[in-house]
Amino acid sequence: MATITRRIFLKRFSWTGLLLWALRIGVLVIVLWGSISTLASGRYSASTWLALLIAGLAQGSIYALIALGYSLVYGILLMINFAHGEVFMAGIFTSVFLAEALEESGFLARHPFLTIGALLLLSMAVSTTVALLLERIAYRPLRNAPRLVPLITAIGASFFLQYAFRGFFGSGFKVYPEFGRMMGQWNIFGANIQVVQVAVFLAALVMMAGLYWFVERTKTGKSMRAVSEDKEIAALMGIDVNRVIVITFAIGGMLAGAAGVLRGVYQPQGISFFMGFVPGLKAFTAAVLGGIGNIPGAMLGGLFLGVFEGIGPNLILQGLGIPAANQLKDVIAIVMLVIVLIFRPQGLLGERLAEEKA
Amino acid sequence: MNGEKKPVLELQNVTTHYGPILMLQNLSVEIFPGEIVCLLGGNASGKTTTLKTILGMIVPTEGSVYLGGEKISGLNTMEIVKMGISMVPENRRLFKRMTVRENLEIGAFLRTNGKSLDEDMERVFTLFPRVKERLNQRAGTLSGGEQQMVAVGRALMADPKILLMDEPSMGLAPVLVEQTFEIIQQINEQGTTIFVVEQNANMALSIANRGYVLQTGKIVLADTAQGLLNDSMMRHAYLGEA
Ligand SMILES: Nc1ncnc2c1ncn2[C@@H]1O[C@H](COP(=O)(O)OP(=O)(O)OP(=O)(O)O)[C@@H](O)[C@H]1O
Ligand SMILES: [Mg+2]
Repeated sequence: MATITRRIFLKRFSWTGLLLWALRIGVLVIVLWGSISTLASGRYSASTWLALLIAGLAQGSIYALIALGYSLVYGILLMINFAHGEVFMAGIFTSVFLAEALEESGFLARHPFLTIGALLLLSMAVSTTVALLLERIAYRPLRNAPRLVPLITAIGASFFLQYAFRGFFGSGFKVYPEFGRMMGQWNIFGANIQVVQVAVFLAALVMMAGLYWFVERTKTGKSMRAVSEDKEIAALMGIDVNRVIVITFAIGGMLAGAAGVLRGVYQPQGISFFMGFVPGLKAFTAAVLGGIGNIPGAMLGGLFLGVFEGIGPNLILQGLGIPAANQLKDVIAIVMLVIVLIFRPQGLLGERLAEEKA
Repeated sequence: MNGEKKPVLELQNVTTHYGPILMLQNLSVEIFPGEIVCLLGGNASGKTTTLKTILGMIVPTEGSVYLGGEKISGLNTMEIVKMGISMVPENRRLFKRMTVRENLEIGAFLRTNGKSLDEDMERVFTLFPRVKERLNQRAGTLSGGEQQMVAVGRALMADPKILLMDEPSMGLAPVLVEQTFEIIQQINEQGTTIFVVEQNANMALSIANRGYVLQTGKIVLADTAQGLLNDSMMRHAYLGEA
């Protein structure tokens, strides 16, 4: 009996294992210590936390829409489309010109919702087109190449798109117009909630619900799932695998284009050729967080990252005595990625990788 | 006895390479409507390769494959499948994360014959009552025997002219192997032509009309099932007699 437990212990013991546990406990202690001391100091009221939560959900839903693009493509091709941040940028960057024109002509002031509809259509169309061109020109010829090759191509394509947009439209910053009615605020439980935050969150939720329905219920959605599990057998069932891959890129592009408009309405500043990089990185983090390749995982990962970014600095870092914690927002995403990889490499909902190993 | 009928499936002098490596050498196979024909051979003799060649997953370097008299070699898998061939692949290869129902629906992906999905599902349920009980379960959670049933059901959902089966006995307990071959016979009696690839020669020959024996990519014997059962070379090499 004793020898058996001993043997199990010896079998499980390893220095990397020990190191990982030490890291896990360390992270947990820091998070708990920071949070408790912040809460104990009573610096923020409950309504402040609520406002931060809603802001985080709005930001997170934008990440989630972009993250879906990474996850969908990974699920089908086992490839990270690192140019996806630029797919997002292409849509919003193009739509800003239409937005400016509609603002000048006074159409925007008269029909703000129609304007948003038109911007959505344009942005989604452009992002989808860019995503499809990427698939056709950059990735399809490399379908059977070693996995590192399309990865490098993706990074190259990402630079190409950035500098193409810079070449055409310059390197200056552009600004999305203001949508009057969206700028209001509601007072809920003493917290100031911006209307636009709620609108962005709801719009993203509707789109994600639509995607979920599409993938789960429609024939095309089922063929997407079949291709992501086993391409050879999917083809044997008569599924056109190339068509499914094209549809997958198109859906990722549409969602990224929509995310662009939501981003523009929510945060009108800072639209430039380079604006896809950071959201792309964060959405990628969100996708890994949720379990890459997993659709509900990408949604949850995006929302979680947004909320964590919104609340985390104030809650954890402030309590640790770090000044101007909010400036560290962007770092939080990367720290988060590292923490997830330590705690749960397969992501929050990442059963599928574990399953494939078994 | 099949002299006047035209074969459903015909391989004419098919040669297949994997890159530079010669795999199938000058294979000729004919399968007539209503038959059960088996292709016997040991490990790595090229059985799966033969099926893949029929389905256009590998293009033959020489020779042609005909389905109902039409040449199909050179077409891609989707086009070939559309013309009325289904396969139960080696190791079943279900879509494990999808439900049993979804697996069956995907099997009917290309169906154009106008029959309703439910009708074909009913046919599968009569063959395999167990499948009906498991409809909403994820395929990956089924037992090996149940997965086999779903794999056969999925292939039948396309209502094929000819059903290809790659080692249906693999990994099954002896009782289940027997049941599987009874079902194959039943499917055949309902009018589907069957081409079954097997290592288990005894079992396959017990239901087949005719058989071919494959050795390192070449057909070394072709005869009626009875003829093969009586062949001395067969008895030594494949039927387990000393
Ligand atoms: N894609 C490939 N590239 C190169 N060689 C291959 C490829 N696929 C199969 N082979 C080789 O071709 C030979 C025949 O393979 P095949 O799968 O047809 O055998 P099999 O008769 O089905 O065997 P088993 O009973 O083990 O399934 C094997 O030696 C195999 O290693
Ligand atoms: Mg085989």
